[in-house]
Amino acid sequence: MTDHERSQGHPHGATYRVAGSLTITRAATTQREIDALPDPLTIDLSEIERMDTVGAWIVYRTVRDRHAQVIGASRDEVSLLKQVGEFDKPVQVRPEERPSFFRVLTEIGEYISEAGTTLLGLLGFLGATLIGFANIIKRPRRFRVTAVVQRFDVVGVRALGIIGLMSFLIGIVIAQQGAVQLEQFGAEVYTINLIGRITIRELGTLMTAIMVAGRSGSAFAAQLGTMKITEEIDAMRTIGVSPVEALVIPRMIAAVIMMPLLAFWAMLLALIGGGIFVWLDLQIPPLTYIQRLQEVIPITDLWIGLIKAPVFGFIIALAGCFQGMLVEGNSEEVGQRTTTAVVQSIFLVIVLDAVFAVFFSSIGWK
Amino acid sequence: MTTPKDCKPVITVRGLSNSFGEQIIHDDLDLTVCRGEILGVVGGSGTGKSVLLRSIIGLQTPDAGEIEVLGENMVGRTEDEAKNIRRRWGILFQNGALFSTLTVAENVEVPIREYFPYIQPPLLDEIASYKISMGGLPPDAGPKYPSELSGGMVKRAGLARALALDPELLFLDEPTAGLDPIAAAAFDQLILSLQHRLDLTVFLITHDLDTLHSICDRIAVLADHKVLGVGTIPELLALDHPWIQEYFNGPRGRAAAASYEHEVTA
Repeated sequence: MTDHERSQGHPHGATYRVAGSLTITRAATTQREIDALPDPLTIDLSEIERMDTVGAWIVYRTVRDRHAQVIGASRDEVSLLKQVGEFDKPVQVRPEERPSFFRVLTEIGEYISEAGTTLLGLLGFLGATLIGFANIIKRPRRFRVTAVVQRFDVVGVRALGIIGLMSFLIGIVIAQQGAVQLEQFGAEVYTINLIGRITIRELGTLMTAIMVAGRSGSAFAAQLGTMKITEEIDAMRTIGVSPVEALVIPRMIAAVIMMPLLAFWAMLLALIGGGIFVWLDLQIPPLTYIQRLQEVIPITDLWIGLIKAPVFGFIIALAGCFQGMLVEGNSEEVGQRTTTAVVQSIFLVIVLDAVFAVFFSSIGWK
Repeated sequence: MTTPKDCKPVITVRGLSNSFGEQIIHDDLDLTVCRGEILGVVGGSGTGKSVLLRSIIGLQTPDAGEIEVLGENMVGRTEDEAKNIRRRWGILFQNGALFSTLTVAENVEVPIREYFPYIQPPLLDEIASYKISMGGLPPDAGPKYPSELSGGMVKRAGLARALALDPELLFLDEPTAGLDPIAAAAFDQLILSLQHRLDLTVFLITHDLDTLHSICDRIAVLADHKVLGVGTIPELLALDHPWIQEYFNGPRGRAAAASYEHEVTA
């Protein structure tokens, strides 16, 4: 709909004539056509039917930057041009960018200081939680039984299904892989040792911790984070309810108490899974399997598994609640903090698991 | 009381019914919005003002009824067909609904990039910057993120984004809610001046009596699952419906009317 003519070789530059509409629909083309014309430029608007603010802006900036002359504009068009001109303020569109060297330095610095403050914050949060515990011990009536029982349900009972299934399958996998390798030495019967010791001592607790971190640690962070954004936590504080006592401690107690129970459940199901595989594939009957388990698993293995569990639970709840309480500002941060909570708690759990492994071996629980 | 004679309908709603489970929101609701007017929609909490808006802009599929916007049928159409119409309207959501990972300027550029990807970056930035000042934001707001803005600035940024494509039709969901009276009055004036300048049709949901008095051409009252009436405030008061009387003749309603008359005569 637009045509423009170029008065080539003319000493007075070119004339850009627009017909039809000069709107955002044709903005890209119009700008390109204007850019291609030489100075001094005249823009003829006499055949225009419709012009919107984007069209007006293109004309306006051409006048501003190239001192083009506008002819044939109607009264409406003149006033629209004037109006868009009023909005020509030096608005900054992009954030200022510094040289990349400084940016890298700044990022490293920010990262380190953030890691430092997070660590300090975690310590502070741990302290606040301990104070909360102390307060509750001093005044047991402030203890929220219903909240704790509710958390037991969410963290523990409702996790039974998924953790049971996961452990059962892991038991089968360990048995199957172990059997394949041990068959090469004719030592299939040691599959039972493998299943028993690895699930009781390590995997039962560790896999449960990872599942609880993904299931409940993330939920803690998301719940508290959302409550932070909706100002529920501020409201609690102003009413005089301590958020640590009301929100954090029930979650911690639930995680600490439920973790060993879930871990025991996981061990049991893994042993059953392994046992079924051993029965079907290696033709070792269940009774022999149980007898053999009793012989090969030292009771210390069970203690190791069960001692680690509440510690992991505590770490998971701590990381989840801490990250949740750190949320400030917008809903996007809830997602970020939830992710961080899960990553942190799984990382800490695995680090601690390594520490425990060394510790228990060195005190002779082998 | 009825639709003006010279009305060129921009939005036509006929026999709209909406319900959530047992709860009926709209039952056989009719509404016409004319070209070039600012229509205010009022109603008590839970009368389905926002649901009406969501039905008109196609975010909610109604149980029954016909909705026509800018001459195109909105019910039962495919996503592709809707694109054409989405280019011609702008919507300011109640809480701004700015994209939180983008700066204000980038927010304004989103619709332009989506529909007109061939616009060169320098021109795009200039368009974004004049839209930002058109929305009444200070020049340093461009590179800020929504989380760094105050409530009023979020609304202005939302308005700038709604204006990005030079819409013919503007939907505003409680634009002045949560603003202080001075900021609210300034926002009203901004909407009014933009409406004059850009020849907009405005569909405005509000609870703000001052807004109703100072900028709305007509007001639609939602109650009893229907539009009780559409018209100017005196026309509505002539209806003698208890809710309307209470709404406009209550202490707040009278105060707003008085201040408006004062403004007009002064």
